[in-house]
Amino acid sequence: MSWTRRHLLTVEELSLAEIDQIHAAARAFKRTLSRSVKKVPALRGKTIVNLFLEPSTRTRMAFDMAAKRLSADVISLDGTSSSTTKGETLRDTAENIQALQADMIVIRHAAAGSPLYLSRILDIPVINAGDGAHEHPTQGLLDTFTMIEHLGSLKGRKVVILGDILFSRVARSNIHALTKMGAAVTLVGPSTLVPAWFTAMGVSVSHDLKSALADAEVVMLLRIQHERQAAGLFPSLGEYTSMFGLNKARASWLNPKAIIMHPGPINRGVEIDSELADGDRSVILQQVTNGIAVRMAVLYLCAGGQPELVTPVE
Amino acid sequence: MPSLWIKNARVIDPAAKRDAVGDIFVRDGKFAATLSAVEKKRAKKIDARGLVACPGLVDIHVHFREPGQTHKESIGTGSRAAAAGGFTTVVMMPNTSPVADNSGTIQLMKDVVARDAVIRVYPTGCITVGMKGQALAPIGSLKRAGVVAITDDGDCVQSNDLMRRAVEYAKMFDLPVMDHCQDYSMTQGAVMNEGVMSTRLGLHGWPNAAEDLIVARNVILSEYTGAHIHLQHISSKFSVDVIRRAKQRGARITAEATPHHIALTDDLLAGYDTNFKMNPPLRTESDRVALIDGLRDGTLDIIATDHAPHTDYEKDKEFDFAPNGILGLETALSVTLAVLVRRNKFKLPFVIDLMTRRPAKLMNLPGGTLAVGAEADICLFDPAEKWLYNAKAGFSKSSNSPWSGQTLTGRVKTTIVGGRIVFNAGKIVV
Repeated sequence: MSWTRRHLLTVEELSLAEIDQIHAAARAFKRTLSRSVKKVPALRGKTIVNLFLEPSTRTRMAFDMAAKRLSADVISLDGTSSSTTKGETLRDTAENIQALQADMIVIRHAAAGSPLYLSRILDIPVINAGDGAHEHPTQGLLDTFTMIEHLGSLKGRKVVILGDILFSRVARSNIHALTKMGAAVTLVGPSTLVPAWFTAMGVSVSHDLKSALADAEVVMLLRIQHERQAAGLFPSLGEYTSMFGLNKARASWLNPKAIIMHPGPINRGVEIDSELADGDRSVILQQVTNGIAVRMAVLYLCAGGQPELVTPVE
Repeated sequence: MPSLWIKNARVIDPAAKRDAVGDIFVRDGKFAATLSAVEKKRAKKIDARGLVACPGLVDIHVHFREPGQTHKESIGTGSRAAAAGGFTTVVMMPNTSPVADNSGTIQLMKDVVARDAVIRVYPTGCITVGMKGQALAPIGSLKRAGVVAITDDGDCVQSNDLMRRAVEYAKMFDLPVMDHCQDYSMTQGAVMNEGVMSTRLGLHGWPNAAEDLIVARNVILSEYTGAHIHLQHISSKFSVDVIRRAKQRGARITAEATPHHIALTDDLLAGYDTNFKMNPPLRTESDRVALIDGLRDGTLDIIATDHAPHTDYEKDKEFDFAPNGILGLETALSVTLAVLVRRNKFKLPFVIDLMTRRPAKLMNLPGGTLAVGAEADICLFDPAEKWLYNAKAGFSKSSNSPWSGQTLTGRVKTTIVGGRIVFNAGKIVV
């Protein structure tokens, strides 16, 4: 099957076969990462613009790294250095980037739906690097990639996503990827941050940590932001930790082989105890490394590369 | 002014319970029982076979953006859009720039209306100074200057005490108070209905509870003070129920529904199209159905459009950043006929009533009647004609309509204001 998609806007719009294709290409690219010469010439001569209109370190560096591994030229713009602070519209900024002959644009934006909006305006591929509370598709793809590395097929696997789900694009992209792959997903957190409306997306919602963690094979923690507490969504970080923070005792409820994930940045001692974040069940740093491979796959495929061409790398 | 003889129309006059094929006569700008043989010979004759002739439509909720935002719309262009939609009377909201919280601004609006408007256009004034919700505007002076109601539309008065004093005070002048029902503490940053769709789209939700709270507040204040409060663009099922029970107790509450809230739901936001962004937001199918039921049993009194023009470049933004509001005047009749008459089997005269006699009566305005002696405001439309609506080719200065590019059924052919033809065969003719 060939790859026909030009943009990567959401996981929701991907078919299971497309997710598999991205994962297969990522597996091939991952092998190149451990070579002494890490570059492959796949996107030589192409220019990728990272338009990050919201702060990011990990995602931005991973996209940067991925593009460079593919031999693309990369230009990164952030919210403060771009003209948006002078009142330029997103359309104008994007059209200028296209007029500067960029071959692809990677966008991070606080407003949900803005990558879709850009994809309607531009002729070049648009890659969503996180849009508001909507989706963060490469994160969902790299998280499921990491789970597969540890568990094999995700069909029937019990996955818990724990934390601020309401405002999390990471949660939404994972929900779409995991449900397409047949995993049994339970969302856990305070009722104010995990509304029952999520069940319409094919997942369970629970506010009881113990029963939710029982025998789970994956627990994915999401960052708890101080702003949510300021907005009155829960009483205090201390109460959150006491009710929903993952510590050693609670981790013992998990399946003995369970992995612990976190998209970062971590609040040590809030949503997760430090020793668990650093422990042997934690795959947090593997997620980061896999983030390069998955983003290489996405950039490669959306730039017009075909899945079979990376197979020889395997 | 020549006399008019409209022949062989299906004449619908809700006030007179008239629905029959017949003729309408107009002499000196007013309806006449008949014309003399000589007058008939000289009259301008309109062959209205196959058309409905009804009172000119009345919309008590439009934004004409003048003064101050005439890049979006003006009283001139807004009134042309209204005429093209069959409207002969509209009531403008006061959220202009500056806002209409003083008699000078009202006088300016009236001067522009006299100069530029092609239909009857009435101003409203603000409830509070600067529409800031802190101190009462000079409501008596506004009334004297000619406002037909007061409202802080779009900036709902949050203080219950101030709202109580406003309605109590306005009652002295028999001035309706129109309220956009929204509790802002519950809708900070909200851009669409809160629920399954907002959860999926990652957009900040506007819970219907924030409307229901203020609807209930207004019911309580109306019953406590005896003042008339008109609830604008009701969008929630729960609110319909609150209003229904208030009316059963005899409360002086009236309420409107918009064509978009009875036609569309929040599922349509899946593509983040800002032409589906308005306030209050599109809600769910059960809310939509409840609004239609509310119109059917009289809980909701009228249709009003909330015609809210914004330029392309203002709407062409990230969903979060685009302004609220859509055009309504040029599509209102077609959309309302589709939803209420064709899909929900409302009788046509009843729907005409929702858009003519009732809104006029609600705001104590002339119009909404074909009675002999009344000003001859008439809408002639073909209920079966299909037409392609292209908002860019419309009469509004803006084109922010979710119906642009769609084929609609039911087309306004001629609009007559005070016996003068202002819109005919797709053109403004004054």
